Amino acid sequence: MTNLLLKLWTPVLVLLGITGMGQMPIFKRYYVADIPGLGWLGEPYIVHWIHYAAAALFIFLAAWFITIWITERGKVTSTGWIRITLLALLIVTGYVRVIKNLPDVHFSPPVIMLIDWTHLFFAFLFGVVALWSLLTGKRPYLRVRE
Amino acid sequence: MKKIPSISRRSFFKTAGVAICASAVSSRDAQGSGFSEELMTVLDISKCIGCGECVAACKETNAHKFPKVKKPIPKMFPPRVKVEDWSDKKDIDDRLTPYNWLYIQSAEVEHRGKEYELHIPRRCLHCINPPCANLCPWGAARKEHSGTVRIDEDICLGGAKCRTVCPWHIPQRQSGAGLYLDLLPRFAGNGTMLKCDRCYDKVAEGSLPACIDACPEGVQTIGPRSEMIRYAKGLALEMDGYLYGLNENGGTNTVYVSPVPFEALDLVVEKGKGKPHLAAVENSMANEETLTSALIAAPLAGFAAGVIKVVSDIRKGKRYD
Repeated sequence: MTNLLLKLWTPVLVLLGITGMGQMPIFKRYYVADIPGLGWLGEPYIVHWIHYAAAALFIFLAAWFITIWITERGKVTSTGWIRITLLALLIVTGYVRVIKNLPDVHFSPPVIMLIDWTHLFFAFLFGVVALWSLLTGKRPYLRVRE
Repeated sequence: MKKIPSISRRSFFKTAGVAICASAVSSRDAQGSGFSEELMTVLDISKCIGCGECVAACKETNAHKFPKVKKPIPKMFPPRVKVEDWSDKKDIDDRLTPYNWLYIQSAEVEHRGKEYELHIPRRCLHCINPPCANLCPWGAARKEHSGTVRIDEDICLGGAKCRTVCPWHIPQRQSGAGLYLDLLPRFAGNGTMLKCDRCYDKVAEGSLPACIDACPEGVQTIGPRSEMIRYAKGLALEMDGYLYGLNENGGTNTVYVSPVPFEALDLVVEKGKGKPHLAAVENSMANEETLTSALIAAPLAGFAAGVIKVVSDIRKGKRYD
């Protein structure tokens, strides 16, 4: 079970990244949605629903791993800390955005912009750090136990 | 029924009282934060004579908000992205444009053996849970405490996603204006989106929106949502009529009352770009509202599954040995 969940981690994050970028109407503009099988990337509602569903799956995985990590008292790598911090910020800003999207919930314009822009900024930073970790061989979040 | 609009007018001013008291329109008031309840408008289309006073008043009052276009407008990349320039067609008033946020649809219909010629002022309905604001990735579109749905033309990049996701495709784009010109004008964005903002600045000062103020027939009434719902339902009962907007898209803050069913009106009104339909609309945000439950349950389920896994491992002696 744990191995299956571990295997889901990266694909779910990639899906969140793609559907996150898809919140901006760029895939249709730049012909990506014209590629057979990717037409859904040009459908704003579908991209939005998948982003929500992928976020729910990701948060399930994160809660699972955090519970196990706490009980195992695992040591986090330095790049792991950076990525975990950015993911935590993405989760917080994402939840605020979801609350804002409920009926009868309104935030002030500066708060809405702050949430939208920081969510976007943290996602960009996470992408950079994740790519750097991958390319430099510092992929693990946790130190391997001896 | 004549008394109700005057009550509503008083209640409207009471509701907007905080803003009225302000000697100057602060940004806080202009954002509509001084309202105790969302404002709703009710349009009795049996009264509308199609004179166009509301359309002219809207144009004149909101002219200072119209985009200042810098020409030549940059060519878009890739070429499939078309420039939308209405700056030389500002006088068009038979559809929605960036310079015409309200227009009048007309319909000639027969209902229950009687001929009707009806006129329907069309503009943004100011949804209760507006998809334009919820799906805007840039924070440019939003709903305010007053119930007004606004697009900040200074922030908007003109991607037109709001128009795509709006069930009535209300917002209209003007290229060559807005923030995108300062970023990557050829490659991202395409102008700024514009639509009815229910004269938020006038309302913040305690005045009525221009279209309501200018109407010689008293077609529109504005007031607190709960009071306006009662008024609209009473009006419909009195004329044995029909409502549109109360439940559309999960509910809006604009309700049309008509003596003729809206299905019949939808069949005969001219529809197309900038000319919205009158068909029934399901709640566009229904799936997001359902998925929110999954997002609330996800951390709890993940934590519970994690605990079960840890307890199971301990019992099997896989841990802490």
